[in-house]
Amino acid sequence: MELTTIVFYVFAAITLIAGAIVVFSRSIVYSAFALLFAFFGVAGLYVLLMADFLAVTQLMIYVGAILVLLIFGVMLTTRVIDVQMRTGTIHVLPALLIVAALAGVLVHVLVSTDWKVLPELFTPEETAPQIGTALLTTYVLPFEVASVILLVALIGAAMIARRERKV
Amino acid sequence: MFETAIIAGAKIVLTLITLLTLVVLTVYTERRVSAFVQDRVGPNRVGPKGLLQAVADVVKLLMKEDIVPKNANKPIHDLAPMISIGVAMSTFAVIPIGSTMTLFGRQIDMMIADVNIGILYILALTSMGVYGITLAGWSSNNKYSLLGGLRSSAQLISYELSMGVSIIGVLLISGSLELDEIVGKQAATLWGGIPAWNVFLQPVAFVTFVVAAFAETNRLPFDLPEAEPELVGGYHTEYSGLKFGLFMLSEYVNMIVASAIIVTLFLGGYAFPWGEQFGLSGNSLAVAEVLTFCVKTGLVMFFIIMIRWTLPRFRYDQLMRLGWKVMLPIALANLVVTASILALMNWA
Repeated sequence: MELTTIVFYVFAAITLIAGAIVVFSRSIVYSAFALLFAFFGVAGLYVLLMADFLAVTQLMIYVGAILVLLIFGVMLTTRVIDVQMRTGTIHVLPALLIVAALAGVLVHVLVSTDWKVLPELFTPEETAPQIGTALLTTYVLPFEVASVILLVALIGAAMIARRERKV
Repeated sequence: MFETAIIAGAKIVLTLITLLTLVVLTVYTERRVSAFVQDRVGPNRVGPKGLLQAVADVVKLLMKEDIVPKNANKPIHDLAPMISIGVAMSTFAVIPIGSTMTLFGRQIDMMIADVNIGILYILALTSMGVYGITLAGWSSNNKYSLLGGLRSSAQLISYELSMGVSIIGVLLISGSLELDEIVGKQAATLWGGIPAWNVFLQPVAFVTFVVAAFAETNRLPFDLPEAEPELVGGYHTEYSGLKFGLFMLSEYVNMIVASAIIVTLFLGGYAFPWGEQFGLSGNSLAVAEVLTFCVKTGLVMFFIIMIRWTLPRFRYDQLMRLGWKVMLPIALANLVVTASILALMNWA
């Protein structure tokens, strides 16, 4: 087996196992923590796809920013306020139906997709300039709309968090 | 394929050994310098001039019993120091310490991984460094540890921002995310024979970056995560033996890496401008470059150590105010001014 193939399976395994822990773990702290490895595995897969910029951004934004806040929240609330945060299983039958339907669709997509394989002698290009150009030319409107939506969310969060102090 | 793997492996092993040795030396230097500042003698019994004191300390840490608190979360308690040291060590992978060397008929790059987004890689890894400290603080099940961990994460997140923004100024001038190219740009000279180091082109960014680097490495005056008078030992209160040693190790590795990054981004990196005057080329030039890099990094490290023993610690609210209300606006203003000037220069 080729080296890249082995590396691919390693990262895929990391992602899937970590993802399984996120879903199945009883302790929400472990879930949040396993998410770290899931993100990490995905970043590894990006590197294998020669999308180095995407991989590093994945680490910076998801691992470095979002997950830190998540773990922060989980760690503080469980210990300080003494709330037992656990995950449980409810609504087994409807969930099973939906999951089965979704799995069917996914398998169909998996089978029917025409997977492109890169040629042997593929020279990796620099992705950062291309992504930058695309974001500021072709996709400038979605990009700006997304940032405005994030701003709205930010202001909303600040409003909710600070409302009580007004008195 | 096989050959590149062997070369990369050799580089990794060499870098790890060098870093570990350097840490021992840095600990010794730190203790001697602190003694000098405080008018003491410092370690002087083990070996000539006390040089082996740090080695003795390492051996002591190796021998000590590893104590895990009864209510600690054992797996995470074990994992936290590993994350810390792993992140600290891997950051060094993208730092170029010289251009190329010809060994056994092969061109060898003087860096482990020539990533063309090296600077982003460094930023991504520093943001992962938070996890080691936070998880250590949380898993110990001790309020001092938890407070230390929390302080550290808040501090890292706050200063990461101004760090990133001040780096953008450098990136605008160099026009590349690749560390090798950033160094290459600095090898030129400005008018008057001053080297085109980014410290001269981006003095404001240099100051904000260095301050942020102090905060990111948890060094005084920003060492609130382990402020002894209030938090016992901070996030590593409940650690002992080798695991405590790993935290110490990663702290010093972080310091070395931070100095190396400061040198690479602002102080001209490994560039040795007088290669032609001295008639150096090929391998001898590479050696001169590595030496240049080492001397610069050493001086920055000495500066960091001296600061630690000169300035008192910030209070926590002062730290946060400095980060958000002083550093970030300055860094942003610097970015806007730099971008405007560059745009005007292109336009003219």
